[in-house]
Amino acid sequence: MASVDFINVRKSFGTHAVIKGVNVEITDGEFVILVGPSGCGKSTLLRMLAGLENISAGEIRIGDKIVNGLAPKERDIAMVFQNYALYPHMTVADNMAFSLKLKGANKTAIETLVKPAAEILGLSHLLERYPRQLSGGQRQRVAMGRAIVRNPQVFLFDEPLSNLDAKLRVAMRAEIKELHQRLNTTTVYVTHDQIEAMTMADKIVVMNDGRVEQIGSPLDLYDRPANLFVAGFIGSPAMNMIKGRLDAADPHRFITEGGTVLPVVAAVEAAQGRDLIYGLRPESMRLDGAGLPVKVGVVEPTGAETQMIAKLGGSDLVCVFHERVSVRPGEIVNVSINAQATHLFDAESGVRL
Amino acid sequence: MSTTSIMKRRSFAGLLQNNTALGVMFMLPAGVFLLCFLTYPLGLGVWLGFTDTRIGRDGVFIGLENYRLLFDDSVFWLSVFNTILYTSVASVLKFGLGLWLALILNEKLPLKSFFRAIVLLPWVVPTVLSALAFWWIFDSQFSILSWSLIQLGLIDQPINFLGDSNNARASVIAANVWRGIPFVAISLLAGLQTISPSLQEAASLDGATSWQRFRYVTLPMLTPIIAVVMTFSVLFTFTDFQLIYVLTKGGPVNATHLMATLSFQRGIPGGQLGEGAAIAVAMIPFLLASILFSFFGLQRRKWQQGGSE
Ligand SMILES: Nc1ncnc2c1ncn2[C@@H]1O[C@H](COP(=O)(O)OP(=O)(O)OP(=O)(O)O)[C@@H](O)[C@H]1O
Ligand SMILES: [Mg+2]
Repeated sequence: MASVDFINVRKSFGTHAVIKGVNVEITDGEFVILVGPSGCGKSTLLRMLAGLENISAGEIRIGDKIVNGLAPKERDIAMVFQNYALYPHMTVADNMAFSLKLKGANKTAIETLVKPAAEILGLSHLLERYPRQLSGGQRQRVAMGRAIVRNPQVFLFDEPLSNLDAKLRVAMRAEIKELHQRLNTTTVYVTHDQIEAMTMADKIVVMNDGRVEQIGSPLDLYDRPANLFVAGFIGSPAMNMIKGRLDAADPHRFITEGGTVLPVVAAVEAAQGRDLIYGLRPESMRLDGAGLPVKVGVVEPTGAETQMIAKLGGSDLVCVFHERVSVRPGEIVNVSINAQATHLFDAESGVRL
Repeated sequence: MSTTSIMKRRSFAGLLQNNTALGVMFMLPAGVFLLCFLTYPLGLGVWLGFTDTRIGRDGVFIGLENYRLLFDDSVFWLSVFNTILYTSVASVLKFGLGLWLALILNEKLPLKSFFRAIVLLPWVVPTVLSALAFWWIFDSQFSILSWSLIQLGLIDQPINFLGDSNNARASVIAANVWRGIPFVAISLLAGLQTISPSLQEAASLDGATSWQRFRYVTLPMLTPIIAVVMTFSVLFTFTDFQLIYVLTKGGPVNATHLMATLSFQRGIPGGQLGEGAAIAVAMIPFLLASILFSFFGLQRRKWQQGGSE
C-alpha cells in the first residue's frame, strides 16, 4: 500500500494537450474517484499512473518513489480495464494466476492465493471456465480477482461497471466498496457515473478538459461546489442555475432576470452589483402555500420521490420532493426555498462567492 | 385425391421444414459442379497413373507397374527427398521471417502503410517474372550477389549458385522464401491486429517482459491463424513448380528436382504420361497428411468456444 502524488502532471499527444497540469494527493488506503465529462482525460491520467502512457511533464510518485521512468511491471499496480482485458485463452484460474506464475511462484503458493480470492468474489465454481463462457458480471469479477491476487500497492479501475446492467452495477458497487474496506488498498477509480462517485469515494476529483476543477469528499462537493462546473456536474438532477443580481438595497434578496425575488442567506460584499448565478438544488425546495408561485410543467413520480419541472419566470425550475405530491400540469403551486442550501456564483468567472 | 398423394405432399412439405434435408438440397448444385470439375481431372490423373499412356498413344491398364518402377527409381526418391527438404526448410524460414516481419509491422512506426505495401510486392509480381529476376541474381557470371561480395572483398571469384547441388538447393529455397514471405507476413499481421492491445497492457501490468507477453499472450492467441497460414504455405511450397522450372529445370543432376517438376518432365517433355501421373499421384499422401494436420490444428480450441458448457 502506498500514497500517490500527481505533481503538476501534463500530457500531450503530439501538439494536442490533454492533461494540463494536474495536482492530486492521494493518501495511503484512500478510495479516490476521478469524474468528469467524456474526453476530459480521466483514462489518460490513470494510464499515466499505470505506466501505459508516458508523462510529458511533471512528476508522479507512488509512496516516495518517483515513477516517471518506471515500466508498468515495476510499479506494482493492478488495473481493471473497462473491457476487462481477460486473456481469452486462459481459464479463470489461469487468468488470476498469471502474474504469480510470471513471478515464478509454485503451484501451492498460487493455489493459496487464488482460492481465497475466488472465494471472496464468488468465482470458486467458475475456475475452470474460459472468459467466453462467462457473463459480463462474472468477467468483471475475474478482472478484479486478477488484481486482488497480486496484492498491489495501488488498484486502478477504469469505468469497470459501465458494461453492466443497472441492477448488477449497484451490486458490484457494494462489492467493490466492501473489498476496499477489507483490503484497504489505495484505489483510483474512474467513472462517468456520479452516483458511483458519491457513494463509493473517500475523495472525488472532478476533472474538466485536462484540469482539476475541485477535490473533496462527496458531501463537500455537493454542499460547497467551488464553481459552476462542479455545481452542475455533481448532483442529480442537476442544480438549477438562475441568472440575476443582488438587490442593491437588500443583500438578502436575489432578483432574477425575470424580476422574481429569491432568498439569500448572507451574500459577500463583492457580489453586490455584479452579474450572478443563483444555484438552487432541486432537493432544496418544498411545497408551501406561503412560497414562490410557479407554474407546473411536467410531473414525474418515481415512487420514492416526485420530480416536478415548473416554470419560474421564463426558465425551467426542476424540483424534487421526497413525498408524493398531487399537482397537475398547468397548475400554479407555491414552493419555498431553503435559503441555507443555496449557492451564489460569479456569472463571468463561474467561481463560488 | 388418393391418400398416397396426400402423404407424398405432406412428406415433401416436411422435407422443406427439415434443416438437414433443405441443406442437402441447396448444396446439391454446388456438389454436382465440384464433382464434375474437381473430381474428373483428379480421377483421370489417378487412372492415367495405372496405365502406360504415352503422348499420342492410348495406354492400357498395367496395374501398379508404374509405381513399382518408381519404387526402384533413385531419381524419384531423390525428388521426394528434395521436395521434403525444400518444403520443410522453406516453410520454417517463411514462418520465422514472416512472423518477425508481421511483429515489426504491427508496431507503431512511421510510414507504416507504405512498408506494408512494400512487403506485398514479392507476392504481386508474377512468379515467372520474379523467377527470371532470380535467374539473373544467381547467374554464374553476372550475379549481383557475387559482384557485391567480390567488391566487398569477401570472396575472389563468382559463386556458382545454380551449378553446384547444395548451392542450387539453397538458391531455390531462398527464392521461394522471398516469394512466400508476404503471404505469411500479411496474414499473420491481420491476425495480430485482432488481438486487443489492452491484453498486452494487462500482461505488462501483470509483470510480463516483452518476450513473456509474446510467448504467453500473443503466440497462443495467434495459433489458429498460424495453423491456417502455414497449411496453405506448406501446400503451395510442396506443389511449387514455376520457380524451379525457370531457375534450374531440376538440375544440376536432378539436385533440385521436386516431385512436381519431375512429374511434369517425365509426363510432358518425356512423353511418359502414365509415369508422370503416377509421380503426381504419389504426392497425394503427403498433401493429405498436411491437410489432416491442419484439420486438427484448425479445430476450434476450447477457449474459442463461447456460450454453454
Ligand atoms: N492515443 C491518443 N492519441 C491522441 N489523442 C488521444 C489519445 N488517447 C486519448 N486522446 C485524447 O485525449 C483526450 C482524453 O482522453 P481520455 O481517454 O483520457 O478521456 P476520458 O476522460 O477517459 O473519456 P471517457 O470518459 O470518454 O473515457 C481525448 O480528447 C482523446 O481524444
Ligand atoms: Mg476513459
